[in-house]
Amino acid sequence: MEANSANVELQSKTVTKTPSGFSVVWREIVRDKLALLSLIFLVGISAFVYGTAIVLDQEEIVKVDLFAIYEAPGEEYILGTDYGGRDIFGQLIIGTRNSLSIAILVTVMTGFIGVVFGLVAGFFGGHIDNIMMRVLDFFNVLPFMMIVIVFVAIVPKYSVWTFSLIMTAFLWMGIARLIRSRALQEKELDYIHAAKTLGTSNIKIIFKHVLPNISSLVIVTMTLNLAANIGLESGLSFLGFGFPESTPSLGTLLSYATNPQTLEYRWWIWVPASVMILLLMLAVNNVGTALRRATDARQRRG
Amino acid sequence: MWKFSLRRILIMIPQLFVLSVLLFVLAKMMPGDALSGMIDPNVDPERIEELRNQLGFYDPWHVQYASWVGDLLKGDLGTSFRFKMPVTELMGQRIVNSFWLSLATLILTYLIAIPLGITSGRFNDTLRDQLITGYSYVGFATPLFIFALVMLWLFGFHLQWFPTSGSVAPGSVPGTFEYVMSKLYHLLLPALSMALISTYSTIQYLRNEIVDTKQKDFILMARSKGASESRVYNRHIFRNSLLPIAAFFGYEITLLIGGSIFIENIFGYPGMGQLLLESISQRDYSVVVGTTLLFGIASILGALLSDIILSIIDPRIRIK
Repeated sequence: MEANSANVELQSKTVTKTPSGFSVVWREIVRDKLALLSLIFLVGISAFVYGTAIVLDQEEIVKVDLFAIYEAPGEEYILGTDYGGRDIFGQLIIGTRNSLSIAILVTVMTGFIGVVFGLVAGFFGGHIDNIMMRVLDFFNVLPFMMIVIVFVAIVPKYSVWTFSLIMTAFLWMGIARLIRSRALQEKELDYIHAAKTLGTSNIKIIFKHVLPNISSLVIVTMTLNLAANIGLESGLSFLGFGFPESTPSLGTLLSYATNPQTLEYRWWIWVPASVMILLLMLAVNNVGTALRRATDARQRRG
Repeated sequence: MWKFSLRRILIMIPQLFVLSVLLFVLAKMMPGDALSGMIDPNVDPERIEELRNQLGFYDPWHVQYASWVGDLLKGDLGTSFRFKMPVTELMGQRIVNSFWLSLATLILTYLIAIPLGITSGRFNDTLRDQLITGYSYVGFATPLFIFALVMLWLFGFHLQWFPTSGSVAPGSVPGTFEYVMSKLYHLLLPALSMALISTYSTIQYLRNEIVDTKQKDFILMARSKGASESRVYNRHIFRNSLLPIAAFFGYEITLLIGGSIFIENIFGYPGMGQLLLESISQRDYSVVVGTTLLFGIASILGALLSDIILSIIDPRIRIK
């Protein structure tokens, strides 16, 4: 996929040996120390979180222990305990894993819907585009937070899956709009006309010719969306409309801070989770902006 | 411009229609109905059935929808079973609070963002510019609720400069000077928390626009006529860079609506967002539908406003 990310630029360059797409991305990330650091941090934290989560027992961690309520960080509990005597450090690890997983899941699902919707609308244009854009406009003006909260509150048999489906249903518009405008430009190019002349079917043109050529935009947008989704998920969990409490997320840990006592005196409950959310979002954003620079020759540093 | 505005308003009608259908479906999906709040175990079930029949509970869905919309248009959103008062009356008190909070946030956002954006654009690629860009980038990446919690912890609890909840000091008499001051005092921290981290788009777009405008011919012209540096910036560049700010105005409103739910929850501020959360946890569904409807309408109006403003300042859009 990366090989295509620099195609657009490569065409306009008259260098004797054009660098491959992957090396452009890699060079861009290495040039930008912050992005490199972010990437290392992300890889490290995911390896650690997913690795330890296999060993850790979620049931054990979320079990209430009334003899260890609100213990300060110490030898037994590295980061202390919450109101149910549950280990914060363990919840932090599992919470990070859950938050990351759902953010990735939602990003992939919105990416899929958005790309297909945008490609179809942009490629066919005309009436189809018009109708599809009206649908998109409607979803776009809905107040995301409120609608998701209401849906979460009334959906029967609420689970992690329904949660991510609800989030996806109201989040695909941004990427769809971007892809559509690129597809509109792309379909006027010669290679598409050539493919049409040869009698290639529309479906094949869309997915075999247009999609690879805009894949760089898809990857960049999805990376940036991932950062936003981490924030949205933790925000919803913070309000109590995300994960159920038996599956801790980073937002669940933060929601304990709505208790003024916790906010004021028990920093170990909410500060680590806040720092984690912040670092994750910054890191993903940094990598995303580095990727964006790599796909646009004008912005490149290296 | 009138033609464009009219067309844009016409687009709004199907949007409002779909919104109302969506909310109607949601309202039907919600457990309970208008009667379940007042059901007395001593009342004969047959009598309840009879009442339900009278209220049109078993009518076909389109009849129910029509009467529901009819009630909406008359301003009847049902009764809150928790407060035992009409939903519209209940919301009326909260809307005023939310309105002031949003207004204060908007004013603070622009007060912070416009000078920073101008500085950043005027002295681009200097240390000052990098600091401002760095600040707005961190603000962009920080989730609102974390920042608000930190602000509440720091200024509310730790330094105790600001009240930590409510919209007015208890016991103040409406209409007095103290009452207004107390309102403002309670507004300041929530509004500031939200304003400080929502400056990103305004700062960045203003900066880029100024950097672009700086190199245009009419600026060279103004300089060669001998206009002072401050006049060039204030009269010529700034005015021509206002477009992105105006374009983002409607978008800011949408952001405000989404953000208010966090801010009101964290600062215990009795506004619409708080009302929605409370009613959901109390299963007061007629209030849930009413507040969501209002948020939806506000968002639709925000989008409308931003398109119309854009068409006023950028005539190219009207032609489409």
